[in-house]
This record gives sequence, structure tokens and C-alpha cells, in this order.
Amino acid sequence: MKIKVIVTPKNGVLDPQGKAIQQTLNSMNFIDVSEVRQGKYFEIETDLKDEKDAKKNVEDMCKKLLANLVIEDYKIL
Amino acid sequence: MKSSVIIFPGSNCDRDMDVALKKFGFKNKMVWHNDNVIPKSDLVVLPGGFSYGDYLRCGSIAAKSNIINSVIEFANKGGLVIGICNGFQILIETGLVTGALLRNKYLKFICKNIFVKANKTHNKYFNKIKKDILELHIAHNDGNYFCSQDDLKSMQDNDQIAVRYCDSNGEISENSNPNGSIQNIAGVFNEKKNILGMMPHPERVIDSCLSSNDGSYFFENLLSNMK
Repeated sequence: MKIKVIVTPKNGVLDPQGKAIQQTLNSMNFIDVSEVRQGKYFEIETDLKDEKDAKKNVEDMCKKLLANLVIEDYKIL
Repeated sequence: MKSSVIIFPGSNCDRDMDVALKKFGFKNKMVWHNDNVIPKSDLVVLPGGFSYGDYLRCGSIAAKSNIINSVIEFANKGGLVIGICNGFQILIETGLVTGALLRNKYLKFICKNIFVKANKTHNKYFNKIKKDILELHIAHNDGNYFCSQDDLKSMQDNDQIAVRYCDSNGEISENSNPNGSIQNIAGVFNEKKNILGMMPHPERVIDSCLSSNDGSYFFENLLSNMK
């Protein structure tokens, strides 16, 4: 089973890479873009058969390694 | 005094630290990250570099190394632990010190000498250093210190801000902040102040033939407190 996770910078945490991407998009005439936040996307292949168990396990992984909860939020898709 | 420098895959300031520690009188041992036990030490150093290629987040993979449990145990017993640069990032990822280190504000790798003001109250790292402003070296991509306002306040109340970027006159301002760190923070202590994490490299400036000799004050002071 494949579990997908998105990790993003928390609101209020400076995201210089997102800011640079936003400015570049603006300079490419995508003038509607007012903010970009850059995050990470993980696909985790697990041997667990039960989706609920697998997601619980991935949640543990997020807290212990995949995300730094001081600056990042995670979302299991 | 005995010290141990932990080597991770991708560490590159480990030998500079070894040279510095020995120069000032430490009996230093190099310890591989895969070992489980730290040799008997008075000081443990996590050196700078790019452990595990900075994958995921700087320091995050190294923070799960075999040796880290021993480092945490040593620190929790009051042992002195220093993390420099990537070592600071590893300390952050282990949770031994508070906060996070984000990408530098202007997205540039910064490699230059900077000035810092050190906190000399109630700690063994800077307490008797006579100079008020130290010229040290930084070389990092992710040194933009961040923490919550609550954490900042409790660290300020407990004198845990260890070093702050300033200019050559000691003025702490936006202009002397190289990487966007909140409050110009370059390094912090844990609550008991036995653990120091900081971005500047004292081990790179320990000889008058180098661009600065101010790292010498750091090591001399530390050693004098340990005798």
C-alpha cells in the first residue's frame, strides 16, 4: 500500500524559497501570484495491509522524522 | 581534559575541530557515528559539514544515528556538548536545543567572517572571555534561526541566547544579521547551559596567521572552566 504525505512550512514561518519562486513567477508575468509556499511530498510504500494502521504508522513517521514540527505541518493524503 | 568529536558521513570540520581541541590541550578522540558508546569524555563535539548530504532537513538523518543516544545520555547527565554549524543543526533535530534553522533569508550560501556578541552569564563557554566582540567565521546555507515567540521569551528569560550577530562595533541590527535569524541569534544554550549550538566556527580562527584568532579565546576559556 502506498501512503502519501505532504509537508509544508507552517503559517508565519519564513519560506525564502517560496518567496523566490513567487517573485520569479511574477517576473514571468504571472502577476496574479501573491504567495508561494514550498513543501515536500513523500510516497511511502508499506507492507501493512490495513489502511488505518498504515496511516497511523506514517503519522508516527511524520512526528519523528519526516516533518520538523517547529516549522512544518504535515498532511497524510 | 578529554573530548570526543563525532564523525558523520559528510562531516568536514571534524579534523579542524580535532586540531583546535588538541592545540588548546584536550586529549581528543574521533568517534564514528555508527558506534554505540562515547569514550570517557568531558566534552563531546558535533562538528560542521553536510551530514548525509543535508537530505530531508539539515541534520535530521544524523540525529537518528547510533551514537546519538549516547550523546543525549551524556548531555542529560550534564556533560558539555557543542554543536557547530551542521552540529548545531543536528542538536536542533535531536531536540537537545530549542528552535529550527531555516534556509538563509537571501538564499545564498554565506562564507565569511562575522562578528558576534557572546552571552557571558552563567555558562562555561564564554564567561571569562575578556573581548566583548568576537570575530568568527560562518559557512552555511541554512543558518536562519527560528523559534516560536513563547520559546524565544523563555530562552531570553533564562539567558539561553548564547551568541548574536553584530557589527565590528558590537551593534546588533538588521545590517549585521547575515542570514535572517530572529533577534540576530547565532547560537543558543539548552536550559542548563551545558549544551551549546551555534553556527559560527571557532575552530576556523585559532591562529594569528589566519583571518582571526578569536576562536582561541573560546577554547582557552572552555578549558580553563574544566580544569
